[in-house]
Amino acid sequence: MTGVRVTDVAIIGAGPAGLAAAITAADNGANVLLLERDSHPGGILRQCIHNGFGLHYFGEELTGPEYAARFADEAAKRAGRVTLMTDTMALSLSGDRTITAVNPHDGPLTIKPGAVVLAMGCRERTRGALGIPGTRPAGVYTAGAAQRLVNLDGYLPGRRAVILGSGDIGLIMARRLTWEGAKVLMVCELMNYSSGLNRNISQCLRDYGIPLHFNTTVSRVHGAERVEAVTIVSVDDKRQAIPGSERLVECDTLLLSVGLLPENELTRMAGIELDPATGGAVVDERRQTSLPGVFACGNVLQVHDLADHVSREAETAGRYAARFAAAGSLPAPALRVRAEGFTRYVVPQRISAKPEGLIDLYYRVSDAVKPARLVVKSSDGGTILSRRKQAMTPGEMERASIDSAKLSGDTVVLTEAI
Amino acid sequence: MDDIITMAERPREFICIVCPVGCPLKVDGDGDNIVVTGNACPRGDAYGRQEFLRPTRVVTSSVSVLGADSPLVSVKTKGDIDKARIPAALAEIRALTVRAPVGIGQIIAPDLAGTGVPLVATSAAARV
Ligand SMILES: Cc1cc2nc3c(=O)[nH]c(=O)nc-3n(C[C@H](O)[C@H](O)[C@H](O)COP(=O)(O)OP(=O)(O)OC[C@H]3O[C@@H](n4cnc5c(N)ncnc54)[C@H](O)[C@@H]3O)c2cc1C
Ligand code: SF4
Repeated sequence: MTGVRVTDVAIIGAGPAGLAAAITAADNGANVLLLERDSHPGGILRQCIHNGFGLHYFGEELTGPEYAARFADEAAKRAGRVTLMTDTMALSLSGDRTITAVNPHDGPLTIKPGAVVLAMGCRERTRGALGIPGTRPAGVYTAGAAQRLVNLDGYLPGRRAVILGSGDIGLIMARRLTWEGAKVLMVCELMNYSSGLNRNISQCLRDYGIPLHFNTTVSRVHGAERVEAVTIVSVDDKRQAIPGSERLVECDTLLLSVGLLPENELTRMAGIELDPATGGAVVDERRQTSLPGVFACGNVLQVHDLADHVSREAETAGRYAARFAAAGSLPAPALRVRAEGFTRYVVPQRISAKPEGLIDLYYRVSDAVKPARLVVKSSDGGTILSRRKQAMTPGEMERASIDSAKLSGDTVVLTEAI
Repeated sequence: MDDIITMAERPREFICIVCPVGCPLKVDGDGDNIVVTGNACPRGDAYGRQEFLRPTRVVTSSVSVLGADSPLVSVKTKGDIDKARIPAALAEIRALTVRAPVGIGQIIAPDLAGTGVPLVATSAAARV
């Protein structure tokens, strides 16, 4: 039995969120313990070798590993304040903020921090979560698992692939497999729009003549040992299969890019309130959850499409975690933020009793709206902000900055078609 | 020579990728008389011209590394290369092997597939 470790701030997960939170917490005077279950820091970005990261944050286009390395280097420069423990898995979080963790070096660990930052990221939805019938042959991968195989381990998962889901990871993998010599036959998308970025549809599919079929899904997987074919089928506007539209497509690989789920087992264990719309914790503008002194940022809080936003959000969480650790408390949540109209969710969901300066509201719409109007107002009617946008799509996270001095009651974030 | 495309064969319709609106662009004319239509703003005009006249891309991939704790290091072209040169660039990348240690930014090939653009490492590999 090892002793109890005491630290100002403990951070779970050393992806871009955990690293940025650690740097900012350290710069605000905290001693930080950063726990990472993998053998290296960097999180999912280690396998995202394509470029397109950092345009907002650094003003240049970086690949995922380069983006992560910049933050890992900054954290390493603060080695006096930031202790990175790799191969260390956090197993539990309790209501008094005690963390238990384990690693091969120290065995079980008990950590008693002044504040906690949750930065565990997300995982991919699997075939199980989708419930596609048929055999269970080899050759069915999530797009992220295939990305790891190709980019970190150096294996090509197959030669003829069908990709289900047109999220960004699936699009990026369509190009990656093509570049590695595989044939990507098609990308099937259940909805009538893609949740992926336009630039990825253009540069990953159109550049290589890979068809994108909307309102189409995979209804069956065939093959004994290995995938031999899939059945694809068209769906109607209620997402029901249209009888007679089935088509057999011969392939040896099916990649699933059908959504990400925030990894919130520890959050649930601690009894922290979750938002069903985001799958992450309910937080205020400081990223404090319903459990005082526990903060959340990055993909564990809401699925981001840009790592740059993850870094910014993590800096907020890191700054206030350091402040909580020093002061022992922060103003409690007082106001609610509500999503209305086409707004599917808003983060933060709460605003504290004493907000400071500008508050960034991040939100997504539930459907493509073209053109659209965003209205941010107090629930008593006063409009705080109103603006027109040519288009909003579920694939792009939107942001609105509001002046906290203008808030008078609960805040409504309304998106409407115009 | 087979990757030289004449003006007449080039695609003339693109989706503008500069912002989420995704305007459908059409490019007419040749040489100094190029007209882009379908764009809702000037950024689409610039994008349409570039895509028509000289589409370029950054290529990212990975190469085998010997004597390291991981089998691969990731790489990118240090700048845009002509889209038509991508297959040649990928073929050359596939044939490369480097020896650890490798640092981020290290030049792996000084002139990738005759593009004049170097290939650089985007991840590090420590020697074991
Ligand atoms: C497959 C995939 C591809 C993506 N591609 C792109 C892209 O191209 N561009 C882009 O901008 N964004 C991309 N994203 C989004 C990307 O995830 C975010 O931009 C960013 O990586 C999120 O950072 P994070 O730190 O929140 O999560 P992550 O990067 O997932 O990091 C979470 C870290 O927490 C660790 N962890 C989790 N649970 C525990 C535990 N219990 N104990 C200890 N450690 C734990 C994990 O090992 C991991 O290192 C992609 C996401 C995925 C899943
Ligand atoms: S033309 Fe302008 S408005 Fe249209 S997609 Fe391009 S940048 Fe956006």
